[in-house]
Amino acid sequence: MNSGIRRVGALMIVLFLALVAQLTYLQVGRSTSLANDPRNARRFLRDISRDRGPIITADGVIVALSVPSNDEFKHQRVYPPDTARLFSHVVGYQSIQFGSSGVEAAYSSDLAGRTFTLQAGSLADVFATKQPVGTVVLTLSKVIQQAAANALGFRAGAVIVLDVQTGGVIAAYSTPTYDPNPLVSHDQKKALAARELLLASPGNPLLPRSWAELYPPGSTFKTVTASIAQQNNVDVDKQFPVVDHLILPQTNGVPLYNFGKEKCGGSMLDGFIVSCNTTFAQIGFDLGETFATGIQNFGVQTAPPLLSGSGFDPPIVASTGPQPGTFALNQPKFMQAAIGQNEVAVTPLEMALVAEAVASGGTIVQPHVVDCVLDPNDRVVKRVGTHVYKNAIDAKTADTMRSFMLAVVNDPRGTGTAAQIPGVQVAGKTGTAENVPGQNPHAWFIAFAPADHPRWAVAVLVEHGGKNGPDAEATGGRVAAPIAKQMIETLLATPTPASRCDSSPPSTSSNGR
Amino acid sequence: MTLPLVARTRRRAELSLGLIVVAVTVGGYVLVALANGPQLPPDLYALLAWVFGLYLVAHLAVRRLAPAADGTLLPLAAMLNGIGFVVIARLGDASKQYHAQARVQSLWVAIGIGVFVVTLALVRDVRVFQRYRYITLILGLGFLLLPLAPVIGRSVGGGRLWVAFGSLSFEPSEIAKVLLVAFFAAYLVDKRELLTQGRVRIGRWFLPSLRDLGPLFLAWGVSLIVLAYENDVGTSLLFFGVFAAMLYMSTRRAVYVVGTIVLLIVGAYLAYKAFGHVRVRVTNWIDPWKDPHDKGLQPIQGWYALGSGGIGGTGLGLGSPWLVPDAATDFIFAAIGEELGLVGSIGVVAAFLLLVGSAYRVAIDATRPFAKLFAAGIATIIGLQSFLILGGVTRLIPLTGITLPFVSYGGSSLVANFALLAIMLRISDDTARNPAVHGRVAGEAAA
Repeated sequence: MNSGIRRVGALMIVLFLALVAQLTYLQVGRSTSLANDPRNARRFLRDISRDRGPIITADGVIVALSVPSNDEFKHQRVYPPDTARLFSHVVGYQSIQFGSSGVEAAYSSDLAGRTFTLQAGSLADVFATKQPVGTVVLTLSKVIQQAAANALGFRAGAVIVLDVQTGGVIAAYSTPTYDPNPLVSHDQKKALAARELLLASPGNPLLPRSWAELYPPGSTFKTVTASIAQQNNVDVDKQFPVVDHLILPQTNGVPLYNFGKEKCGGSMLDGFIVSCNTTFAQIGFDLGETFATGIQNFGVQTAPPLLSGSGFDPPIVASTGPQPGTFALNQPKFMQAAIGQNEVAVTPLEMALVAEAVASGGTIVQPHVVDCVLDPNDRVVKRVGTHVYKNAIDAKTADTMRSFMLAVVNDPRGTGTAAQIPGVQVAGKTGTAENVPGQNPHAWFIAFAPADHPRWAVAVLVEHGGKNGPDAEATGGRVAAPIAKQMIETLLATPTPASRCDSSPPSTSSNGR
Repeated sequence: MTLPLVARTRRRAELSLGLIVVAVTVGGYVLVALANGPQLPPDLYALLAWVFGLYLVAHLAVRRLAPAADGTLLPLAAMLNGIGFVVIARLGDASKQYHAQARVQSLWVAIGIGVFVVTLALVRDVRVFQRYRYITLILGLGFLLLPLAPVIGRSVGGGRLWVAFGSLSFEPSEIAKVLLVAFFAAYLVDKRELLTQGRVRIGRWFLPSLRDLGPLFLAWGVSLIVLAYENDVGTSLLFFGVFAAMLYMSTRRAVYVVGTIVLLIVGAYLAYKAFGHVRVRVTNWIDPWKDPHDKGLQPIQGWYALGSGGIGGTGLGLGSPWLVPDAATDFIFAAIGEELGLVGSIGVVAAFLLLVGSAYRVAIDATRPFAKLFAAGIATIIGLQSFLILGGVTRLIPLTGITLPFVSYGGSSLVANFALLAIMLRISDDTARNPAVHGRVAGEAAA
């Protein structure tokens, strides 16, 4: 029997050697390809389970952080409750099941400490126990963001505040918003239920309206139309007829009425102060093709601001308007576009950029929500900085437009008088934008302040915040302008926080910790 | 208690190897805890006492009941068992359910050791199985076919191989394994002469008579019944393979090798044609990426786990083995390969080879034909079962869902394998202690 047993034993050795060969093939030969196979979830889990840096506001409030958890993911991403809903559209979330969005997505590598500068910096700290995760500093301020939330209340809409000099977004709040914490729950069922609920909610709370949704801008767009006209040397003193409507060309007598069918006309400034549709429709007609090319200088019907590292996620949606070369066949569309209707559809952010163009003397800089990335020793490893997006108009036009927008707020006839602030010059423009027939118009206000030395550009949109009817002329002025006023008042009352991005970095040695 | 020299040497080896087993098991447990933070596991001393205590109980039982038995079998089995426990406990971080599994497993290990001791105490002579061979057969077949019984039979994951009494469930095929190997040994020792010589002459050729091939056909038939009604490819293959191997070992007739291969091919073909679950296993083996989210999920995840482990592994507690379905049971080897790397996976394969090799050595040394064949059968069933599941996890062969002996989570498997281990030690002890009777191992005893 023994020889039989030996042979079966030898067969067993052969079988086990085959196992060793297969294991060597898998764990040596195929190791790299299997470990890095995109379908292998381990790669993603490595990211999600490692420590992750916090996201903080310009005024030093932590809006996202990682805390240790007692499960296989080791860390739980937490969005502190008092700022969770305030910053969710900007900060986004990092979820196991749904991936990531917002700054969490755009700055994932920095937060996880996977960028070269963060890794190289930590090489010096051989004995560093912590991972070299980055801290992302936003340009947004918690105080201003909170003011926007208070001012909007339960109304759907958006409030944008830009730093005119740097393009940094100081506030970008839109409603409805959401709490990202349930989405990042490690309890898969809970996370899924939270997402289902959000997807079924009216108004799509997951959508960052500020830069990812398009609206007709209404009369606020007259700022663009007037700018293009002046930039193309249209006589500012030319008098327009005082009428309550005009008949659109290329139609069978379709009328274009003034708001509330009121009569208006006179100079371009007169038309701007009372927001006269007939005047600006005529200007748009007179500009023709020039209008279509002119709006591109403001960022409409062209590539939107897409600065890498701006932190916008999803990316800024392109605002649209009439295409060059289409005027000859679409004259009524151009006339309606000149008063911010029909083919013009813009993001609230885009209208803030329009205000910024006038405020800054003609230049639009790339908007961004992230200011800088800090390493664990508070050294700045990445700074977004100021980059020119468009040279919209020249200084002379900007100067005239500033006086136009000041008049909207300060002139007794102006539609934006509700934005007046004692002691501070506010420049603005109202808008009441028709949208879906039967729905109330959107209420708009764009502004910048202080007018003599502009620091902030503001855009306010309240969805369907207006009212049609005879008494509703100042709808944008009545609903949206007070919000802008509140924002500017808060901005004036809030001392500019010392940015952690400006602090001079400590000496290159790591002994400074 | 004074023991003969061979017994003293063997027990001393068993004890010192056992210390390594305890160190590896408890060390692995500590590493898992340290992977989660700078804290020792809260139940470290309890675990240390438990592991050390259980090993000591087993060792003292051997010292008392089978003092001259081979000294490497117990440490090898305990080492595999310890590594398995560490990985099961490690999976406890992934979900509460697995954490409960670690506690249950520690209880089952204790029960397994208990069964080990009881088997050693009760089976003072393995020939008891030979004497009551038909009772053994009936019990064995009964256990094998028990899952088919109404009311208590349960289907888990497509295979009907469980029975449940209330909340208590076990896999009776694991118990059947012990009994049927015993019966095969008794039967084949009886009929060896007949099976070796029986042949019919046709022209120049000597062919085995149908009567000779009968047992092989019978085993084949029973295996197909298990396959057909319990959907259990692993058990079916295991029993047929073990019986064929034992038939060959007892007779050394090449015709049984040819017959086994022919019947395997025919059986595989029939099963492939007849059963969807067999077809799935084959197509999954050839290309699991065709259905990566459902049928192919497990083999693919097994490959990812092994590949991600590389040579050195991620380190205990630092990989993601819970991504593999059934990581604590059938696919525990993928978890080991991920966290301990090629070093660990080959280590486990080597431990199995040593265990099986030692068992074959016990068989070769054994002097009584029944004990010899019984030991060889046990060695074969442990070797074949581990090869089937290890080959399945690594995709060397199609996957058959069976447990990895001593390593996988699961009570019935542990209990059965510890019983087999006890019988192995009993045979070894018997051989060493009665050298005069048959004149073998005298040299070793004198050394």
